[in-house]
Amino acid sequence: MADNAVEVRSLVVDRGGRPVLRGLDFAVPTGSITGLLGPNGSGKTTLMRCLVGVQRTVSGEVTVLGLPAGSAPLRSRVGYVTQAPSVYGDLSVRDNARYFAALAGVPASGIDPMLTAVGLADHADSLVRNLSGGQRSRASLACALLGEPELLVLDEPTVGLDPLVRRDLWQLFADLAGRGTTLLVSSHVMDEARRCERIVLLREGRLVADDSPDAIRARTGTYDMDEAFLRLVEEEAVAS
Amino acid sequence: MNPRATLATTRRVLGQLRNDPRTIALLLVAPCMLITLFKYVFQNSPAVFDRVGLPMLGIFPMVTMFMVTVVAMVRERTSGTLERLLTTPLSKLDLLLGYALAFGLVALVQASVASALALGLLGLDVQAGVGVVLLVAVVNALLGVGLGLFLSAFAQSEFQAVQFMPAVLLPQLLLCGLLTPRDRMPGWLSAISDVLPLSYGVDALVNAGITPGVTSTLVSDIGIVIGCVVAALALGAATLRRRTA
Repeated sequence: MADNAVEVRSLVVDRGGRPVLRGLDFAVPTGSITGLLGPNGSGKTTLMRCLVGVQRTVSGEVTVLGLPAGSAPLRSRVGYVTQAPSVYGDLSVRDNARYFAALAGVPASGIDPMLTAVGLADHADSLVRNLSGGQRSRASLACALLGEPELLVLDEPTVGLDPLVRRDLWQLFADLAGRGTTLLVSSHVMDEARRCERIVLLREGRLVADDSPDAIRARTGTYDMDEAFLRLVEEEAVAS
Repeated sequence: MNPRATLATTRRVLGQLRNDPRTIALLLVAPCMLITLFKYVFQNSPAVFDRVGLPMLGIFPMVTMFMVTVVAMVRERTSGTLERLLTTPLSKLDLLLGYALAFGLVALVQASVASALALGLLGLDVQAGVGVVLLVAVVNALLGVGLGLFLSAFAQSEFQAVQFMPAVLLPQLLLCGLLTPRDRMPGWLSAISDVLPLSYGVDALVNAGITPGVTSTLVSDIGIVIGCVVAALALGAATLRRRTA
């Protein structure tokens, strides 16, 4: 099963007394970009939190890179970018990057190329609190990429970004995948799904679809990903 | 534990402070202003200043570092940076020690400035030497850091965090022997005072003021405060949960 970077079996998670994930089975193949899609509240963030080991689970098994999720050796091999940018507002972009590089144990020489890659080279010395929302989330992304993790778990990394930056970031993700990195990217922008090799669609804590974008289009009989998403969700709602 | 991660954290915390010059100014100036006020408020009864001046040099670092730590940690918890840090190779101990080292250094600078003023210009006398005063000040500051790290777990916002100052610090200030010697309090109050760590920090400074050299009382007072620092840091570590609901 070394072909899968992530394997989840019968995962059940409750949050605030309500079931969020209800017996989920899914896998992420190594070296691919997998899109995690679903309506608001479908459990995308909770699932990602399980993979990085910060979510308390009720039952089920989560294996990441061959180890139980959250085990200590994984902390240098898995990168996690939360939905809200988690960087220090009262530090410059470069100082944030320097801190996270030191924690990951990688040399500071990688910082400038990384800031260029996420399009923040011109803002390296700006305090993060003075940046726009999109710039902030890219600063947060850069900090996670620095350690060159084998698995990247990105929670809505492109939300609020303009089309140009979004295109560049997807190009960056594709480059990383080309070099063997596994990416799990959540989004509620269905259009972004076409850039993934595989799409996992969640609804109310259950898997609705797990396929390539083309297969999903074929199954729903529409070219438009938004429309395909709506049809799948409605199909599921009728079935359940 | 990993010294590189600890030092990186210290550097990061100090970097955040460096970008906040107003807080630095307040940290350094406020103790000087207050101790000068004390001096002249009690101009006509200099014995009072002689008694409370030295303990104040140990109380400032504790109060200010408590406040700074509790707010900084509540920010880490609410902004998501703490959760992120716990997914990196950084260990909890590295994080706590990084904070303790950073704010301990700031406290050393703060106590040096305040002591230079109090012992130099304001004529405060200390028999045991200024080194002992600085040592006690830093240990007290670490107590503030430890309590701040621990109590930050019980505040959901910076608003709540600030309310810990009257709730947690003022009782210790009232009972530490600064206002009334502890043996003149009612028995039940002096019993409470006996279990509050600040009492020993103040005791150490009162001793340092009147007794030359390093006495066994001084050593045991400082030892007790250090023990409380370790206990507070351990409690703080217990509140850093990797997995949350």
